[in-house]
Amino acid sequence: MRNALHRLGQYTLLMSKTWTTPTKWSMFLRQLLREIYKLGADSLWIVIIISLFIGTVIAIQISLNISSDLIPKFTIGYTTREIILLEFSSSIMCLILAGKVGSNIASEIGTMRVTEQIDAMEIMGVNSANFLILPKITGLMLFIPVLVVFSMFLGILGGIGASYADINGMTPASFIYGLQFYFNAYYITYSIIKSVVYAFIISSIASYFGYHVHGGALEVGKASTNSVVMSSVMILLADVILTHIMLT
Amino acid sequence: MVEVKNICKSFEGRPVLNNINARFQTGKTNLIIGQSGSGKTVLLKSIIGLLRPESGQVLYDGTDILSLRKRELDMLRRKTGMLFQGAALFDSMTVLENVMFPLQMISTDSYSQKKKRAEFCLDRVNLTDAEHLYPSEISGGMMKRAGIARAIALNPQYLLCDEPNSGLDPKTSLLIDDLISDITKEYNMTTIINTHDMNSVLNIGETIIFIREGILEWQGSSKEIMTSGNQALNDFVFASDAFRQIRELRTSH
Ligand SMILES: Nc1ncnc2c1ncn2[C@@H]1O[C@H](COP(=O)(O)OP(=O)(O)O)[C@@H](O)[C@H]1O
Ligand SMILES: [Mg+2]
Repeated sequence: MRNALHRLGQYTLLMSKTWTTPTKWSMFLRQLLREIYKLGADSLWIVIIISLFIGTVIAIQISLNISSDLIPKFTIGYTTREIILLEFSSSIMCLILAGKVGSNIASEIGTMRVTEQIDAMEIMGVNSANFLILPKITGLMLFIPVLVVFSMFLGILGGIGASYADINGMTPASFIYGLQFYFNAYYITYSIIKSVVYAFIISSIASYFGYHVHGGALEVGKASTNSVVMSSVMILLADVILTHIMLT
Repeated sequence: MVEVKNICKSFEGRPVLNNINARFQTGKTNLIIGQSGSGKTVLLKSIIGLLRPESGQVLYDGTDILSLRKRELDMLRRKTGMLFQGAALFDSMTVLENVMFPLQMISTDSYSQKKKRAEFCLDRVNLTDAEHLYPSEISGGMMKRAGIARAIALNPQYLLCDEPNSGLDPKTSLLIDDLISDITKEYNMTTIINTHDMNSVLNIGETIIFIREGILEWQGSSKEIMTSGNQALNDFVFASDAFRQIRELRTSH
């Protein structure tokens, strides 16, 4: 418990050191673009593949489970859409990104810590937290929502693809009708807002674990694993809280 | 001149530095020597303010850095360059970008002036050819030289070096030692060097302090080290036959 409070204190201090105006905007913008590019390069393929496949599988599984003639077939498209828009593309996708992107961030910053690169910045009179962490946090908060919207499209595309397989009488026409049935645009807003919060959780927690590494390569590895566990738990917690606030 | 007074530092109750007093003179290469684990790095990091001693003073030409506020400390650090043990080059940047970095972040000069300054520093350490390579693509000696170029980019008054020739072959070590010594004279800097390399001690040691288990055991010049009667110092310095013989040669005249 004391340890948890200590960590919370350290995290808060690090965030206050991070959220200051960059000394050199040109350097900040350069770093920001670099982070966004890296995030895109790191995660685009994962997002594409996972979204397409999960969208397909969700549609197939729902159609397999709805065999009763009493339930209209468009329910398949409707349910697939709800799952993807509400939960999959935001929460599940960000859990996956926490593993991929979060561990990258923690090990990058952790390596800089143990090889004294962070010390080198500090003795130049540069705010290392601001220089290293702020572009990562803002980069993720800007770009993860884009990935999430992209994942929604791809997931639904995967579902449409599955509807051509003609399982249990599911047709593309009924699927697409289901997709439009009772469509609520607020769900997209809800997911985007969630993903911005998740992006902050992933990047700030990974940065925190990396920034406070002591020791060597072994500790960097541990910090990176710990950061993934911690940010996953926090994402799930945030999911419950945000859903309660925004949907009930 | 940099002066440390009554520095004490411990980690989790275990004392690492015990009441260290020393003076590091301007225009000279001041050496801190001692075995691995004796507290040299901790002392150097306390001097530059990366670690905070529990008590004592660190005076940079009279200014105590432990009493400075963050902003004033940053200003002082801009007058200080440091070469880290592993060079600590930023591995996402090329050699040139590394040397440009402090200029980019601190200096208000135009881009072309900064680039010129960085190239001048790289030329000074003979590294112009490698400026577009990444740290992972160059040798240990080149990394150290790039580290020196980056440390002197902002024209510092104080230069701190943590084991500048650890991990280098004897010839490259000599080159790095001479480079640091020359630069010190050229810019009249206060240079403080951590080392456990006896070649450096004999080569460039002007003032020397010897630390053993966090206690300042001996201080003097490289001449005095030859004739010192301090047992711990002799055990450390003349651990190898070669240096024992050098002492005999030097003291017999
Ligand atoms: N951040 C730290 N936390 C705990 N102990 C440390 C830390 N830094 C150094 N020490 C301990 O202080 C002692 C001196 O270390 P150091 O100054 O690095 O020795 P060296 O003379 O080889 O540079 C060592 O026993 C080391 O374990
Ligand atoms: Mg050391």
